[in-house]
Amino acid sequence: MLNPVWNFQGFFSVVRMRIASSADSSSNNSRSQMIMADSGSSDEVAVICNTDITSTESENNLINTMVERGTALLKKMEISVAEADKRTGKNTVNMQETYTVYLIETRPAESVSEEGTPVAPDTLWRRYSEFELLRTYLLVTYPYIIVPPLPEKRAEFVWHKLSADNLDPDFVERRRVGLENFLLRLASHPVLSNDNIFFLFLTEEKGWREAVLETGFQDKADSRLKSLSAMFRVKNPDKRFTALKHYSEDLSTVISQLLRIRARVADRLYGVYKVHANYGRVFSEWSAIEKEMGDGLQSAGHHMDTYAASIDDILEEEEHYADQLKEYLFYTEAVRSVCRKHELIQYELEMAAQDLSYKKQQKEELETGTVRIFSLKGMTSKLFGQETQEQRESKVSALEQSIQEGEDALKEKNAESQEFVEKAWNDIERFKEQKEKDLREALISYAIMQISMCKKGIQVWSNAKECFNKM
Amino acid sequence: MNNYQQNGDDFFLYVLNQNEHIKTTCSEFDSSEYEVRRRYQDFLWLKSRLEENYPTLIIHPLPEKFVMKSMVERFNDDFIETRRKALHRFLNRITEHPILSCSHHFKVFLTEEELAPHRKLGPGFLSRMSETMRAMANSVRGLRSKLEEFAVMQAYVDDFSNKMCSVDKVTHRIIKEHREYMDELKQYGPTYFQWAESEELLAEPLKGVGSCVERCSKETEEQIQHLSEVLVPTLHEYVLCADTLKAVMRRRDNIQAEFEAKNEALASRTTDKEMEVDDLADRVEQANNALRGDWSRWRTSMRADLKSAFISTAAKNVDYYEKVSLTYCPSSLYAVCLQTSRTLASWFFRAAVLPHRC
Repeated sequence: MLNPVWNFQGFFSVVRMRIASSADSSSNNSRSQMIMADSGSSDEVAVICNTDITSTESENNLINTMVERGTALLKKMEISVAEADKRTGKNTVNMQETYTVYLIETRPAESVSEEGTPVAPDTLWRRYSEFELLRTYLLVTYPYIIVPPLPEKRAEFVWHKLSADNLDPDFVERRRVGLENFLLRLASHPVLSNDNIFFLFLTEEKGWREAVLETGFQDKADSRLKSLSAMFRVKNPDKRFTALKHYSEDLSTVISQLLRIRARVADRLYGVYKVHANYGRVFSEWSAIEKEMGDGLQSAGHHMDTYAASIDDILEEEEHYADQLKEYLFYTEAVRSVCRKHELIQYELEMAAQDLSYKKQQKEELETGTVRIFSLKGMTSKLFGQETQEQRESKVSALEQSIQEGEDALKEKNAESQEFVEKAWNDIERFKEQKEKDLREALISYAIMQISMCKKGIQVWSNAKECFNKM
Repeated sequence: MNNYQQNGDDFFLYVLNQNEHIKTTCSEFDSSEYEVRRRYQDFLWLKSRLEENYPTLIIHPLPEKFVMKSMVERFNDDFIETRRKALHRFLNRITEHPILSCSHHFKVFLTEEELAPHRKLGPGFLSRMSETMRAMANSVRGLRSKLEEFAVMQAYVDDFSNKMCSVDKVTHRIIKEHREYMDELKQYGPTYFQWAESEELLAEPLKGVGSCVERCSKETEEQIQHLSEVLVPTLHEYVLCADTLKAVMRRRDNIQAEFEAKNEALASRTTDKEMEVDDLADRVEQANNALRGDWSRWRTSMRADLKSAFISTAAKNVDYYEKVSLTYCPSSLYAVCLQTSRTLASWFFRAAVLPHRC
């Protein structure tokens, strides 16, 4: 179990986990006691874990936050993505390929065996494409929900030392964390956490794919996709959705820009630190030819080497910050998707209404004999003589039926639209709150990272100064 | 030495102010005030006179005539200021030197209104030429035997020269990297402000981080400036010093070679050049002693100069990190933490405030 350790160096891995919640919730559940420094008062300092925090521990912290929000799923199970492994197998075109699989562990919540040790978890392996399938299913099944994004498929916004290779262990590790985060977000979502397919994803390794396909979501997906890609214009767009769409476009642009520049800054900072290793080398060589200055130079040189080496850890921590921003960058895509789906529904609604009013007008024309709308039929009847009474009556009754169908359809569409809007705005409000909280914490943790980097710098250069003093 | 002024397009003049504060071990110096104008060429004249009279003393280097690799224009303000400081150091070192400060030429340099008449005196062009030729001839002949201590000294000088060049190069690279970092920071900060424009609750912390990044960029600029003003000139001077030392060793070798040549000549034919040989022997003795004495003087001041420059650089870096650290932990950020959670806030407070003052 975790030991509460006040370790300044190691806290970053925890900060990422939104540890804030314990003070907010008055119901100090037992888990939060185990993780947070135990106390009654909310002034107690949160525990900072060691850098070798295990995934179960980090997930504990996240769960801590999310359990506060109290979904039924999280109340009954702990979820984590514990490991990654390589597999080879035949792909769809019957070629050998190497891919990575991730181990999903689930454990009944608050499970302790008789001896007091935690119960062994249930496990299954999933690969990235299965996560994608799950997400696609959720997108189609809950079009009004902002579905949490997956971590990136390929590494983007890399600064030059970071590998863009998908099989690179650091990338795999960050992806593992991202996938765990994805599952936990789903598990803590008031609507998505109740989905059965999601539950099966966590619990049934075999047969899950078939179960998903059986839901028939593909058909819905295809039709939706077709209409989404079509260009259509809505006559009376909902102002709120329009504003939200613009906001998410702005956010997407600005976060992309931020990530790009941050990567360049990281590159430059790397350069600054690494160049100092040359001081280390030269001072060492120089100290060999000096008598009184030798010792001072030699030890100063070592500090220069330490300084140069320290940037690797510093920038690795910063990647967590970048990942947090990336998550919200990908979230904007999900938001835009909800807006588009709403537009589609709105459009269909408008079309249904338009269609109905056209039919009504046609009926009126037939009944009164006036031709208000130009139509070929009207022209031909003018040219070739009126229709018989019978013909007209049968047309009218056909139209009446059609109108009735149209009215039913309109009512249905209206209900659908209202339901969509209501559910969507529910989720949008929830998302806004989540976003504010998460990003605020991300920014604070970034500031804390900078302070920590500065403290390291102060230490190294103070030491170097002492050495120079001995020259 | 205080200031300079432009006189025509060709050259700058340096105005020297002397007052009683200049201490020398030489009592010949009178203590009235002088103000003279000197060109860079005059400094060159002084240096070559001193080298001639005291061939094996170590004279602090002059700033270079041209700075090739610098992008600075020949006569722009930074260049002039850097050069002025270096010339100032040059003169001060001479003033501090027990022997050099008594030099007649030095006194003339400091006191005479017009230097031109004095420049004409002294060995003419031809005699200087012949001296060079003798030196070349001697170096071809080689030394018969070199005292161990001077061999050691020579080896050290060669190594020292290498090391100084390396340290100088590394320092310039560091400055370059700092500059590139600062340039990126200048683009990074505004992005946070841009984001803040489309946010409500997040605007505060975003602007906070943005202004921290801006501050960081300013501090980096100061850091670069400090390096350029303190460490770089010092290292550069010692790179030039290394060349000076090499020249001093060469001159000492030449004096010895000249003696050895005449000595040989004496041994092979009996002439009355004995007197000359004795003089030369004395000269060798003097040169060696002068060098020995000055060597330890030079080592001491080298150590002091470089030590001081490195300490200053390290102190500036500590100062840089302290300032940046302070930017990131202002009370406003703490207030933002408070909004989020008291736990995070108290944690932040401890992280930021302890053990370092905030």
